[in-house]
Amino acid sequence: MLEIVVQSRIVVLVKQVLDANVRPRVRPDGSGVDLAHLKLSMNPFDEIALEAAIRLKEQGAAQEVVALTVGRGKAQDTLRAALAMGADRSILVESEFELEPLAIAKTVRSVLADIEPVLVIAGKQAIDDDCHQTGQMLAALLGWGQALCASRIALSPDQVEVDCEVDNGRETLRLPLPAVVTTDLRLNTPRSISLPNLMKAKSKPLDIVASSTLGIDVRPRLKIVEVREPPVRSAGVRVHSAAEIAQVLKDLEAA
Amino acid sequence: MDFGLSDDQLALIEAVERTCAPFDDEYWSRCEEEHHFPHEFYKAFADGGWIGIAMPEEFGGAGLGITEAALLMLTVSRMGGAMAAASSIHINIFGPHPIVVHGTQEQKQRWLPPIIEGREKTCFGITEPDAGLDTGRIKTKAERTDDGYVINGQKIWTSTAQVADNILILARTTPREECEKSIDGLSLFYTKLDRERIEIRRIEKMGRAAVDSNQIFIDNLHVGRDALIGEEGQGFRALLHGLNPERIINAVESIGIGRDALARATQYAKDRIVFDRPIGQNQSVAHPLARSWVELEAAYLMAMRAATLYDRGESCGLEANAAKLLGSEAGYNAAHQSFLTLGGMGYAKEYQIERLLREVIIARTAPVSTNMVLNFISERALGLPRSY
Repeated sequence: MLEIVVQSRIVVLVKQVLDANVRPRVRPDGSGVDLAHLKLSMNPFDEIALEAAIRLKEQGAAQEVVALTVGRGKAQDTLRAALAMGADRSILVESEFELEPLAIAKTVRSVLADIEPVLVIAGKQAIDDDCHQTGQMLAALLGWGQALCASRIALSPDQVEVDCEVDNGRETLRLPLPAVVTTDLRLNTPRSISLPNLMKAKSKPLDIVASSTLGIDVRPRLKIVEVREPPVRSAGVRVHSAAEIAQVLKDLEAA
Repeated sequence: MDFGLSDDQLALIEAVERTCAPFDDEYWSRCEEEHHFPHEFYKAFADGGWIGIAMPEEFGGAGLGITEAALLMLTVSRMGGAMAAASSIHINIFGPHPIVVHGTQEQKQRWLPPIIEGREKTCFGITEPDAGLDTGRIKTKAERTDDGYVINGQKIWTSTAQVADNILILARTTPREECEKSIDGLSLFYTKLDRERIEIRRIEKMGRAAVDSNQIFIDNLHVGRDALIGEEGQGFRALLHGLNPERIINAVESIGIGRDALARATQYAKDRIVFDRPIGQNQSVAHPLARSWVELEAAYLMAMRAATLYDRGESCGLEANAAKLLGSEAGYNAAHQSFLTLGGMGYAKEYQIERLLREVIIARTAPVSTNMVLNFISERALGLPRSY
């Protein structure tokens, strides 16, 4: 039997979130955002991460792309979308409740032990809670290098070179492998899904692992006290000259 | 009885939405204004493998049913491009149907992959100015030669002939007088659209200026024997297979445009404040929109039922015709009501509704009028005597 040895594997972390085009509504009891019966999609930053991984594979810099998510059973839909975009296989670590970034990072570390990727790519943040933490925590737990908010990724057999968007410009980092990279908006534009790939996705592997079998403490450390709608913006003031603006600002400061 | 969509179908709709997304109102307005065929949009769908959605897998298609094809076309027409978007691709998706059903293995291998891969576009030369729906009276003739046929005649309403590489032509091969039935003696040919032998004249229309419709004049067009699809004299019957899917697709395209118009009008009714309240709070504005929603849903269910029957291999003529009637009227009513909802702004091109209204109207007339649908239902569903 012929065994195919995959030398270079990329794991992409994806998260299912409320679709970016759906207006979020707070649950009446203030316990969180209402997700029932609303459209859920892949976190847009994760789509960019997945696109980056698929392009690296297409360029020959990697041989396999694995999409990994930690979430509820419904997150399978997001993995199917990842497979249709071009991931080779996918893994869902199923959890009954929403996990915090540290719990997710620990869970991912545990799953990665079997996969042995050269690179983990994740969105810099998820648009639901905007934590911006999982990638960093994962790198720290693994003791790997990290490059955040990537706008360019060049992968070679022994290192990855990443342009990172930082406050005062662009920073280029060179990291030994394996490493963790998180993606920013400017990295790429994710492809649309083609019909042949949509059909192929049905036969690609989607493995489900129960979070409880991993023996990791994923209990929440935070308690959400209350979630509120942002205050409604009041009407602005129309001004006609720079002097008038200055006066309005002065009055605001005085108030 | 399952009225829901499967996860696969929902994923398909989402993928289509995303493929449509880069082509915004500005794009479609410009295509219309400049009479520009939406090549970019067509390419996005060809590259995405959508042209072959209902074609056999062995030739590179996806082998899905008319249900999935209907969901594709409904989504395409709903995403802003209306009939222009739909008709830029649908002739290539459904036009080759007679080849799929009646072509030889060699013909399929020669003709289907270039269409599926988006390398060649096709068009249809069926309707004639002096025949209309009485197809048995078409005058275009194909006369036998030593090595094939020579075709002469004229056709009308041939869409996309300006950009097509090939054409499917229906022509008489046996004089009508010599045939038992008037629809006998007609044959179907698929051949290169040779502009030396076929003159194409664009028809200026009320809507869908981006996708051309034409009158064509065929002058001594020589085709080989291998251009004939199926048996000689059986061409009209070969076309019949495609009629019910065509009605279903026509229905969902209207429904898609209606949904697009309704969504725009609804948003306007929420945003537009007159006398200190959104106009949508007025029941005279809200109720007609709500009625449109109801009509569109009902038409959608009928179209999906017809598609389901077709995919199961069951007879669906009544349902496909009913869907065509309901869909074309619901789509038109929704676009018209949306136009009225916007008041004066409905007349402004910027708000797109007037374009949708002009584009959806054609579905009431083509491929068959409401009157002919009612004739069919009178005769076939109710058993009433034929009037013509």
